[in-house]
Amino acid sequence: MSDSDSPGARPDGAPSALSRYRAMQLCRRFEETVHERFHSDEGVPGPLHLAIGQEAVAVGACHDLRPTDVITSTHRGHHHCLAKGARPDRMMAELLGRRTGYSHGRGGSMHVAIPEIGLLGTNGIVGGGIPIATGAAYGLQVQERDDVVICFFGEGASAEGVFHEALNLAALWKLPIVFLCENNQYVELAAQDLHVAGEIWKRGAGYDVPGVHVDGNDIDAVTAAVDAAVARARAGEGPTLIEALTFRWFGHYAGDKAAFRTDEEVETGRAGDPVARARQALDPAEVAAADAAVEAEIAAALEFALASPISGADVLYLDHQATA
Amino acid sequence: MSTETAVKATKYWQGISQALVEEMERDERVVLVGEDVGRAGGPYGLTRGLQDRFGDTRVRDTPISEAVLMGLGVGGGAVGLRPIVEVMFFDFAMLMMDQIVNQAAKYRYFTAGHALPLTIRAMCGAGGHNGAQHSQNIEAWFCAVPGLKVVMPSNARDAKGLLKSAVRDDDPVLVIETLGLLRDKFDVPQVDDLLIPIGVADVRRAGDDVTVVATGRMVDRAVAAAETLAEEGISVEVIDPRTIAPLDTDTILGSVARTGRLVVAQEALAPCSVGSEICALAVEQCFAELKAAPVRVTPPFVNVPTPLPLVEARVPQADTIADAVRAQF
Repeated sequence: MSDSDSPGARPDGAPSALSRYRAMQLCRRFEETVHERFHSDEGVPGPLHLAIGQEAVAVGACHDLRPTDVITSTHRGHHHCLAKGARPDRMMAELLGRRTGYSHGRGGSMHVAIPEIGLLGTNGIVGGGIPIATGAAYGLQVQERDDVVICFFGEGASAEGVFHEALNLAALWKLPIVFLCENNQYVELAAQDLHVAGEIWKRGAGYDVPGVHVDGNDIDAVTAAVDAAVARARAGEGPTLIEALTFRWFGHYAGDKAAFRTDEEVETGRAGDPVARARQALDPAEVAAADAAVEAEIAAALEFALASPISGADVLYLDHQATA
Repeated sequence: MSTETAVKATKYWQGISQALVEEMERDERVVLVGEDVGRAGGPYGLTRGLQDRFGDTRVRDTPISEAVLMGLGVGGGAVGLRPIVEVMFFDFAMLMMDQIVNQAAKYRYFTAGHALPLTIRAMCGAGGHNGAQHSQNIEAWFCAVPGLKVVMPSNARDAKGLLKSAVRDDDPVLVIETLGLLRDKFDVPQVDDLLIPIGVADVRRAGDDVTVVATGRMVDRAVAAAETLAEEGISVEVIDPRTIAPLDTDTILGSVARTGRLVVAQEALAPCSVGSEICALAVEQCFAELKAAPVRVTPPFVNVPTPLPLVEARVPQADTIADAVRAQF
């Protein structure tokens, strides 16, 4: 697919490749900024799972989606949220515990859910989004909408029973869903030798679900694979399982020293930097302009968050039920 | 001209079935998903004919995948459906706990106010010879979760009216149906749209000397006990909470404050139960008015057996409740 005929050009008219790069850079800088805050006096009042290094998966998957398409995310979900259209300023406010955050600043990183943009939530439960994504796909099917669901999960979640329940049911019902395994090579505090048997993308075969393996650090490859799976889902042909291989630059959570891996391993892994790869293919002047725009957006987001009131005890009681 | 509403003798399962038909007829967003709800017509026959009437997309048989089955309700509800998820036996909800407690119940909280119109129907209790994994009353577990409403109909009228209200509610509602009542008949008012409000208790029998709060299968046994005790000169007020989360504390505690005595009767085990909660509330809020210690009438703290005679030997009967009331004096 060439950039000029891609459906993913943003409303600002930027060509797709540049627009994707800009989105990846936004994800990268957003997380670098909250990571810095995490260690500051005005820190992040909750856990932070960074996806730095994995930008091409979220952006490649979400860039071409419609606002009415639906995603479910994970505990490592900032990129998914931003790529699906979450406002960086309200995201920043949520992570910094501010009243203007998406959940009044009381949910934090793992509980960002914005149904109006099709984001049914990051999730504190590994695999917790998989049944919800399956249900959303059923809901779209019942309503005869041609929207689709992308279900993000990590390779750790592929060991959860719900992964297999969902593949089986989605295949039986030909649900409009893409199961997108973001394999960042580490499961919490360990390498995959403790967690994953065989190759995840091959597990589709047992359920008659096409399995696709893709370089998750190559934005064009991810885009092509997801676009094909989305087209298949929109056409009513059922689910696809995609495994995108990428690399988690940091430990399981901010502050984790990641003693489970060697410096050499990290160096090799980081060499595959998806943002740098995308940058190389673009006009340096356009990259510089995009980077400047991202810096301004991140600075504004941080300013918005820090200028917002810290959430007080009044937010405890909000939004539990419609009626008493 | 009579102003009385006509009633019709209706089995408990028929009340549920009528509610499902009426709500699916009224609103095409309402869907029913569950194991064997469609082609087989449900394990008790109460969804028979629904798939022919509403199609196999809206009445959908699922694989035996309880966690994802509940996810159909959460995700479907999030994108515009008003799903009803059938839990064949309440015990199977243990395979769905993440979706109910971690996901559905917190949806409005996380999304800062978005509705999740999910109805969960679960069949509870030792009403058959189904054994210790198909007979449990675990309702209290769900009453301790912010974001969940829990109702427990004790008769066909409430089974119908509470289910209809649950389907129209914009929050997750767990409707706990009682297996032991399925084939019992009750008078059901013949009105166009029978809605029983969530959160409102039913005073089944007025009385002055003692308050008996009973749920599920224990309600009619409590009424029978009250009739026996009336002959002995003891005036018993019988309250069916109907909604066990949130409890109608005005009605329940108002009665306790007036009578000064409280007996609770339930099919669930005693520890950390709805009955325990009601006793605690009474002690906290009606201590000065109490004339005797509140007591719980429950099965002994043992598992549910399979043979029917043993099942009945385990659960409280009307006599058990009557004895507990007499001991208050």
